[in-house]
Amino acid sequence: MDRTVNSSRSFAHPLHAILLAFPVALYPAALLTDITYLNTAQIQWTNFSSWLIAGADLFAGLVVAWALIGLFSGRARHSQGRGILYLIVVAVMFILGVVNAFQHARDGWHSVGTVGLVLSILCTLLAFGAAFIANGNTYSVEDRT
Amino acid sequence: MSRLAILTAPLILILTGCQGNSDPDLDQTGERPELPEQNDALVPAMEIPTPQGWGDDLPTVPEGYTISAIAKDLKIPRQVLVLPNGDILVAEGSGGNAPKLRPKDIIARWIKQRGKSSVEGGDRITLLRDRDGDGQTDLQTTFIEGLDAPYGLAFVDNTLYVANQDNLVSFPYTEGAIRITEPGRELTKLPAKINHHWTKAMTASPDGSKLYVGIGSNSNVGERGMDVEEDRAVIWEIDRETGASRIFASGLRNPTALAFDPWNERLWAVVNERDELGPQLVPDYLTSVREGGFYGWPYSYYGGNVDPRIKPARPDLVRQAIVPDYALGSHVAALGVDFASDGGLGGQFSVGAFVGQHGSWNRADPSGYKVVFVPFTGGRPRGEPVDLVTGFLKDGHARGRPVGVTYDAERRVLLVADDVSNTVWRIAPKVASRGSPTTQAR
Repeated sequence: MDRTVNSSRSFAHPLHAILLAFPVALYPAALLTDITYLNTAQIQWTNFSSWLIAGADLFAGLVVAWALIGLFSGRARHSQGRGILYLIVVAVMFILGVVNAFQHARDGWHSVGTVGLVLSILCTLLAFGAAFIANGNTYSVEDRT
Repeated sequence: MSRLAILTAPLILILTGCQGNSDPDLDQTGERPELPEQNDALVPAMEIPTPQGWGDDLPTVPEGYTISAIAKDLKIPRQVLVLPNGDILVAEGSGGNAPKLRPKDIIARWIKQRGKSSVEGGDRITLLRDRDGDGQTDLQTTFIEGLDAPYGLAFVDNTLYVANQDNLVSFPYTEGAIRITEPGRELTKLPAKINHHWTKAMTASPDGSKLYVGIGSNSNVGERGMDVEEDRAVIWEIDRETGASRIFASGLRNPTALAFDPWNERLWAVVNERDELGPQLVPDYLTSVREGGFYGWPYSYYGGNVDPRIKPARPDLVRQAIVPDYALGSHVAALGVDFASDGGLGGQFSVGAFVGQHGSWNRADPSGYKVVFVPFTGGRPRGEPVDLVTGFLKDGHARGRPVGVTYDAERRVLLVADDVSNTVWRIAPKVASRGSPTTQAR
């Protein structure tokens, strides 16, 4: 065979990337509804935040499971250092997200507060960070014969 | 992985370690309850004693008193009324249709459901008749059916008034009737949107001209928005002739039972206060109700103790908030009140108020689950409450949960509705003298 193959693959499987898209969209959305609630005291905005965070947590949990399994099989095993970093980022995001869900289960003004806002900001940043790690290129292979 | 553990350990501590335990030294009953600091934990303490049958056991009453079941197999009995001829009416049902606004609502409903009877509410009134005066029920029959979560009952001028969860209806009554089939006449609609707290407690004024209906709030502390709290957390005064209504008092989070005292003929209410401020906040209370009075909800409790969960704050209203007369304990869920008149049940239970306490969910150490007696002196509650009926909890299970309490002055007995064992209990003093006609009543 006489050919040269340059294959460049992203770290995450496309399905995995779809799962990760939910936290990436929903945590920042919750951050926006939190800010709106703090500005207006209109209760419906914190209700929105609750559901957005619950949805983000659900998918974040699936992402964590995938990241964990991915350490031992699949694409990430080719770059274990990055895999571990990714797992830490999504795991912390998930745990903070669950804490934030409990925070938003408090009643009235206490449902957001400083703690809720900070958690929403952290989850947003971690979700973006996870997306950069997951969707950046992991390795390129050159096959020459 | 150890890095992960280091990162998450503090979070797990936050999750589990937030809710403080109850301080047993805190005195939370009486005229001046001790109120701890607010503790709005991330995960509120919860303990739900699940239902379990009585077997051959009975609830516990003090020496010198007897207790017996006079009705079983009811469908969620709530409040009890004694008619002039001694027949006993029991309102049965379960209401509320609050939509689930947050993920929390779904989870909270599931948790609280575990502490309830699996029987479906009867939406009816059952009649109990004791033909020979021996304290046993000889006839148990459906008196009125097709109601909508009936709760409050009142009898004035040969007319029975029933407070459904959405309206107040009247039924003409002829003495000795054991069934009413014609539909009731609607005297007035009652606030029924959402019905987060659906029970419509009711009593009639001593002169019979007015009916008073307790209308609970549509939230714990305004978390559904204040728009849905119009005409909620109030007591309505309703003209019995015309059905015209007005707000008699407000800021009463969930007034679950109403009664007039026999000494000064003032209106009293037991009120369930708010949750999720800690295991010892906020004590439920018994209070006389002042016309036009504001009792704090949702902006404050026990006068000027501001609740920071409700925004925008209303310092103008907090300044007016009345301190209730008598605390019953935090999360006891008082659902019944009636006064002992004319010597009551004797002994310690002669002058005062009986209070049925359904029992807590929002604390790790259950409170309530009993019937207590609040002694009165000079028309005011004085001193510590005295346990009258206990033993509802056993080994972490609830064998029953008291709701309405009704004192039958003529027969000197207390009737207690129990919506977990679906029973009506009858408590009476043991008859001391032998040979008297009532001895055989046992």
